[in-house]
Amino acid sequence: MTSEKEIVIKTDKLTKKFGDFIAANEITFEVFKGEIFGFLGANGAGKTTAMKMLIGISKPSSGNATIAGFDVYKETEKIKKSIGYMSQKFSLYEDLTINENIQLFGGIYGLSDDEIEKRRNELINKLNLQSEADKLVASLPLGWKQKLAFSIAIFHTPKIVFLDEPTGGVDPITRRQFWDMIYEASHNGITVFVTTHYMDEAEYCDRVSIMVDGVIKALDSPAGLKKQFNANSMDEVFIMLARDAKRGE
Amino acid sequence: MNAIEVNNITKTYSAKKNFVTAVNDVSFSVAEGELFGLIGPDGSGKTSIFRILTTVLLADKGTAKVMNLDVVKNYTSIRNMIGYMPGRFSLYQDLTVEENLNFFATIFNTTIQENYELVADIYKQLEPFKTRRAGKLSGGMKQKLALSCALIHKPKILFLDEPTTGVDPVSRKEFWEMLKRLKAQGISILVSTPYMDEANLCDRIALIQTGKILEIDTPQNIVNRFEKNLYAVKSKRMFNLLNDLRAYSKTESCFSFGQYHHLVLNEEHPDMNELKSYLKDHTELEITQIKPNIEDRFMQLMRK
Repeated sequence: MTSEKEIVIKTDKLTKKFGDFIAANEITFEVFKGEIFGFLGANGAGKTTAMKMLIGISKPSSGNATIAGFDVYKETEKIKKSIGYMSQKFSLYEDLTINENIQLFGGIYGLSDDEIEKRRNELINKLNLQSEADKLVASLPLGWKQKLAFSIAIFHTPKIVFLDEPTGGVDPITRRQFWDMIYEASHNGITVFVTTHYMDEAEYCDRVSIMVDGVIKALDSPAGLKKQFNANSMDEVFIMLARDAKRGE
Repeated sequence: MNAIEVNNITKTYSAKKNFVTAVNDVSFSVAEGELFGLIGPDGSGKTSIFRILTTVLLADKGTAKVMNLDVVKNYTSIRNMIGYMPGRFSLYQDLTVEENLNFFATIFNTTIQENYELVADIYKQLEPFKTRRAGKLSGGMKQKLALSCALIHKPKILFLDEPTTGVDPVSRKEFWEMLKRLKAQGISILVSTPYMDEANLCDRIALIQTGKILEIDTPQNIVNRFEKNLYAVKSKRMFNLLNDLRAYSKTESCFSFGQYHHLVLNEEHPDMNELKSYLKDHTELEITQIKPNIEDRFMQLMRK
């Protein structure tokens, strides 16, 4: 984390209602440049709703937020250019090759052909995918897919990358290699906003927020949260906060 | 009699020119009344094994028996005595909660009333929503309904394929408590999960990776086979610590485990003072010898 603490995500009472149902209720927090921010919550707590507002694809009902300095009401297209996104469910086009996926995403984010070519070579070498580059993504093992998807999500060097359960179902060694990549991105100044159901991964975050029934119930460093709730692990903290949740997904 | 017996099962899929061996010469057995876990990541072959045992997929090689019945010859009898909860939500989204349960009961020539006591514990949490369509339920509720539907004909064996994937820690805990109560009623259970911490809740487990079983035993015996000295190490700057530990000449492996890194050294009696002086630039340094867990053992086996 950089010392000047530049704010890259700022929300103020951000709220989303669906009819009478308040999916996200007056969410207020800040995330700093280069920070790894864990966004946790029970199923149905409102994480996805909140994340959709932050990435500019869902209009808030009330409250304010700026992402990379852009307003979530008026500047959603600028937000989309400044961020990267990957999830467990959707990451890459399975029926395109690795090279074609890179070309597609590089093109969407407006990189020049020369720039795409330069970064593509770096990426392929770093992930050791030289002999796979012209193979379909569908043929890659899940762990490789997820590492590739992350690399492509930060291909255009976004200010912030949003990761929605990026490591679900991945083998334990790959899961850790994935986190090595997250650390590296953070070290290079990219802010990482990540959701996970693995509580050991919550420990790798600089700060963690825990959402319950649409509200942020706690927000601090993992060490701070454990101290505050007198718990030995993040698992215990999570269970203490989420066990009385009233909502399902 | 074993509830499940699997002998040298192999299953290969082909897509155009690619051949994938999803299940590679797998053998194991599950005793009656046992809670047996298949523990492994996505793509390790868990679902193929489930589909072969529930008689919806044919193996290329090998044999398998469920309640002493052959999965190929006696598939109709097997289908009547098992409950299967596939990994993907597979109930009728446009039927209500009650209609789904009624439907599954009817298919098996029974009624909700007849076996109500078996599902009561789970279903009573759903009853307030019994007129809601299944597609409109929350994730945790869908999971409870799917389990109720798998149980309503009073099966002898339950097959649960990744019932807790994508489920938050609180609901996961509740789900495992339900399984314990079902086991207490004498139902044999085969369950799969990618969450290594759930392995400890099983009587016995098979660790599985890319179609191969790495090891089968009780969770305790599996961690006992780790054999090496394992240390939990932490300092103020964890990322630098990880790199430093990996660069240490006597390190065999080092991986992050939440708030600690787990370090294995390649010596039987390592000199801890030497390690401490190597790490002298780290503040708030903490090194403790610890017992390995299932994930440590899984990773050790993967690296072999």
